[in-house]
Amino acid sequence: MIAAAIIALLITLALTLIRAFLGPNIYDQILAVNSFGTKTVLLIVVGGHALGWFSYVDIALMYALVNFVGTLAVMRFFEQYNPQGEQS
Amino acid sequence: MIENLHLIIDVCLLAFLVLIAFAAMKVTNLFVATMLFGIFSFVTALLFLDLDAVDVAFTEAAVGAGFSTVLMLAALRLSGAVENAKHRHSALGLFIVVLTGAALIYGTSDFPIMGDANAPVQLHLAPEFIALTQEKIDIPNVVTAVLASFRGYDTFGETVVIFSAGVAVLLLLGMGHVEPKNEPEQSTVLWVVVKPFIALILIFGLYVQFHGDFGAGGGFQAGVIFASGIILYSLVFGEGYARKVVPSKILPRLAALGVLIYGVTGLASLLSDKPFLDYNALSSNPIAGQHMGIILVEAGVGLAVFSTVLLIFYSFSGVNHNE
Amino acid sequence: MIIEILSDMCLLFGGIFTLTGAIGLLRLPNFFTRLHAASVTESLAAPLLIVGIILDTGFTLDSAKLVLIIIIMVVANPTITHALCRAAAHGGVNPDMDTKNNEISQSKTETEISAKELK
Repeated sequence: MIAAAIIALLITLALTLIRAFLGPNIYDQILAVNSFGTKTVLLIVVGGHALGWFSYVDIALMYALVNFVGTLAVMRFFEQYNPQGEQS
Repeated sequence: MIENLHLIIDVCLLAFLVLIAFAAMKVTNLFVATMLFGIFSFVTALLFLDLDAVDVAFTEAAVGAGFSTVLMLAALRLSGAVENAKHRHSALGLFIVVLTGAALIYGTSDFPIMGDANAPVQLHLAPEFIALTQEKIDIPNVVTAVLASFRGYDTFGETVVIFSAGVAVLLLLGMGHVEPKNEPEQSTVLWVVVKPFIALILIFGLYVQFHGDFGAGGGFQAGVIFASGIILYSLVFGEGYARKVVPSKILPRLAALGVLIYGVTGLASLLSDKPFLDYNALSSNPIAGQHMGIILVEAGVGLAVFSTVLLIFYSFSGVNHNE
Repeated sequence: MIIEILSDMCLLFGGIFTLTGAIGLLRLPNFFTRLHAASVTESLAAPLLIVGIILDTGFTLDSAKLVLIIIIMVVANPTITHALCRAAAHGGVNPDMDTKNNEISQSKTETEISAKELK
């Protein structure tokens, strides 16, 4: 069952990546990248337990925090760049 | 089943790397390209985890996906964010690139198989370090032992390099001055949620610093994570207020203090007639000396990295702030 | 034994919800609908998957840290959704659905056509 979860996560990563390429506006792409990051955290937890990676919990914890900071950074700096809200 | 899983994960992640690289090449909006490079770092760190290189994965995620992305975005805010696409197709360029790539691939046919235990690089000093760590230093994480003790001099050089990078950015940009002002439309949800998050990130940074001996971690990762906490504060509440929390005057001094702590630890063993950075001299029991030496040295590294990372962020975000 | 079955169920449903969220992210017509799909399924799938792993690990320091990861994701994910939604609304993304892609109006046209053919 863990193997099925890992395969499902890998397929999800691929699909999210497609949305990150396609997204007609930048907010779609920000959403897709944030989603990719969260699924990566889940992949580390599930894969780390199944495959016996050393100290995977600390890394998953850090990824979750870094993902949060990174997405907020993109939104904040994009807002500062585009204060009138023009679509790019 | 487990073998197949390793293979499937490796193949999928490598395919993702190629796809992300193509996409980052094709998009013209540079914000999106920067984010794609951020997830490129995430996937690379996953690959490192699959290869059992935990500390490298940690550092790659903290620096590549976190700090590097934030810096590029801070720089993009000032320059244009759409690529000037000049469509010049050059057949000669393509030919040279293909030729070089083919030569490189031909060169890799001489490499030993990845992970081969009898490759020359694995037989040179690595078995000795692994054997000696248990006996002379007695900490579970061999990477920290090699980094901080066996190769302590190299790590000293790395810390000084990081410090010089901070000095170079200061010389080029300076940290500027940002007045605290109330941002007009901020979201209450973000304010309320981010405050406990910052506390969590700072505590986690300290945890990584002090647990570098036992699990993944160490001074470098801890410095970057700790700085990410302050960067998060600056992103949500404004750079002006962040500069009140951690004043910009104090950062170069802290960075220098970090390098100084490292150097003084080395000097202390010189004063006891032993070589530079030989931690056995720090205490009557050599193993206790090694532990003390590693803690001091990692503290120096953590302090230097934290100050330099924050200093570079302040410099980038302080340029032309009022435009 | 029960714990194993419970862990398997959690992992199975976590995987299913993750896939559903990704399919929604791809196929839904408008940004706000995609945002809803991605965030709701993610807030459900992430705790389920991690709870499945916790039940498999047992009661150790690792599982305490995994609980911390659940708390972080349950708090961070809706916050990011909120911030993204606000930014998109300020940025001028149109919440009305495109009539080209609006599947409700298309199927209504189909029922009108088939009703005419029946007459």
